[in-house]
Amino acid sequence: MTNEFSESLEKKLEETTKLGLEVVKEAAEDRLMKLSVGPQHPGSGHFRFTIKLDGDYIVYCDPDPGYVHRGEEKMCEYRNFIQNIPHLERPVIHDSTNITYSYSLAVEELLGIDVPRRGQFIRAIASELNRQVYTLYWLAIYGIFLGHSTMFMWPAGDRELFIDLLTALTGARVTHAFNIPGGVRNDIPDGFKEKCLEYVNYFEKRLKEYENIFYNNPLFRQRTENVGILTKDDAINLGVTGSVLRASGVAYDVRKVEPYDVYNEIDFKVQYMKTCDSFARAYVPFLDMRESCHIIRQLLDKMPESGEVRMKLQSNPKGVPGEAYKRVESGRGALSYYIVSDGTSRPYRVKISVGSFRNILALPHLLVGSRLGDMPSIYWALNYWPVEADR
Amino acid sequence: MTDTKIESNNNTKIESNNNTKIESNNNTKIESNNNTKIESNNNSGSSNLQIVESDLKIEKSFYSELSSQFPDKVQLVYTKPNRIKIYVRPENIIEVAFFLKSHFGLDHAESVCGTDYPNENVIEVIYHLNSYSREELFQMIFALSTKTDRNSSYLPSLLPVFKSVEYHERETYEMLGVYFKGHPRNERFLLPEDWADIPPLKKDFRIKGR
Repeated sequence: MTNEFSESLEKKLEETTKLGLEVVKEAAEDRLMKLSVGPQHPGSGHFRFTIKLDGDYIVYCDPDPGYVHRGEEKMCEYRNFIQNIPHLERPVIHDSTNITYSYSLAVEELLGIDVPRRGQFIRAIASELNRQVYTLYWLAIYGIFLGHSTMFMWPAGDRELFIDLLTALTGARVTHAFNIPGGVRNDIPDGFKEKCLEYVNYFEKRLKEYENIFYNNPLFRQRTENVGILTKDDAINLGVTGSVLRASGVAYDVRKVEPYDVYNEIDFKVQYMKTCDSFARAYVPFLDMRESCHIIRQLLDKMPESGEVRMKLQSNPKGVPGEAYKRVESGRGALSYYIVSDGTSRPYRVKISVGSFRNILALPHLLVGSRLGDMPSIYWALNYWPVEADR
Repeated sequence: MTDTKIESNNNTKIESNNNTKIESNNNTKIESNNNTKIESNNNSGSSNLQIVESDLKIEKSFYSELSSQFPDKVQLVYTKPNRIKIYVRPENIIEVAFFLKSHFGLDHAESVCGTDYPNENVIEVIYHLNSYSREELFQMIFALSTKTDRNSSYLPSLLPVFKSVEYHERETYEMLGVYFKGHPRNERFLLPEDWADIPPLKKDFRIKGR
């Protein structure tokens, strides 16, 4: 075969030179096509990455975040501890309770205040509900970009259940500003517990249907199974977090390893898988949603019937000089705040370390060597939220 | 203001190495305070108390092992339950980081944070390290801190030790102007392409109108 091919090639070369034409050899660089993904495409979010293609294979990937960088860390230095709450939840409005949760925990350590027990339970409930909202939103986008439009409609619809609950609890659909240093803004409304139980029970039934139509769908499985393998060692070295880490066989969940507030009283299992592929990264959040339903039921059951929900603070509280590092488990993994206080009413420095930013490192690692067609399933399985990564 | 005063105290202590004894004394005091607080709070649950005590043991053993390995090179800043912060001079940071990774199993960085202290003319860079491979260290955050001059900020990159610091260090470079020697890309990352001002997280950069 190869001999015949080279002979025919030589003949062609001769013919070309006879015609008086010049033969130009292809350089290695000419084989590559540079492609810019994002930031306008809805499938990428506000995020751009450049890839180089050799045929169908990706040989180079360079992430370029920052299109929605708002300087949250700098803004924190100009506002007092309480004023920071509303703007800090803007990076990820679909998970706004969790992004203010660890901030509140860190500020509470600096201010030296305790949260009343009932307030801790309400916080945890809001956090779990909000995680469901985020995960469903993410699942909807993942579904539509793998060409499964039912999986866009269903989670987007069921997300309204939890949004309704959070609206009843906090008064706003997505940006709640519910967690404040000292507890939560208000108590739960009448009838919330029954409504919450009803919705959660209904949602659990829906999850079974999700599994049948989406996760057991041969088309979806073909596009995700054995795609984008992130081995356990690589996951540890890259320092990824959340579902990406747990899909690579590390049972690491901040709620379990470093329980905050009331999570040490809750009985739940850390959901993880060992297959290390895109399917596992898509399935672990699903398992988390199911586990979260158990957690919500337990929280509602164990919550004290009455009591304070919030420790009253003075109007412009001053922090003790020093620093605090607190983290919670958000929809995208560990979300930690490092806050330095210089004794005034404003933080001296706030550093937000978010799961999305940590998980970008896995993107070039996974994309290089894979096919272009696998790019959407790898990218979205990383549970990446560009706005949060940019802060 | 008070914070900067504390920082300057730390600095003077670091330069005179004999003060490590005083530091460690302070720490034991803090720990014992913590313990008594916890005891008084949790009279009913004895299991909780044990967990906290063992945690503090881990922190103590951390520092004692580190200080025996690197005498005069590491300086304890504080210990709290599940948190420990250690100061290292820039020239020693790579060997200490490598020891932390190989000996303690701290295998990744959760965040890299730079803080500007114009009054002392330093920028502090903190690596918050954590372990995914040792289950008993899952809850520990090890803060490895170092300082560099504010006007010519150069630090050795920890990228050869921790792959996970790659983008964090790049962010610290553009936000605070700390150049990481050995990092392949000390370049813009999050800021706009046409950013032509000083690094924005330095304290002398002011937001317009404030």
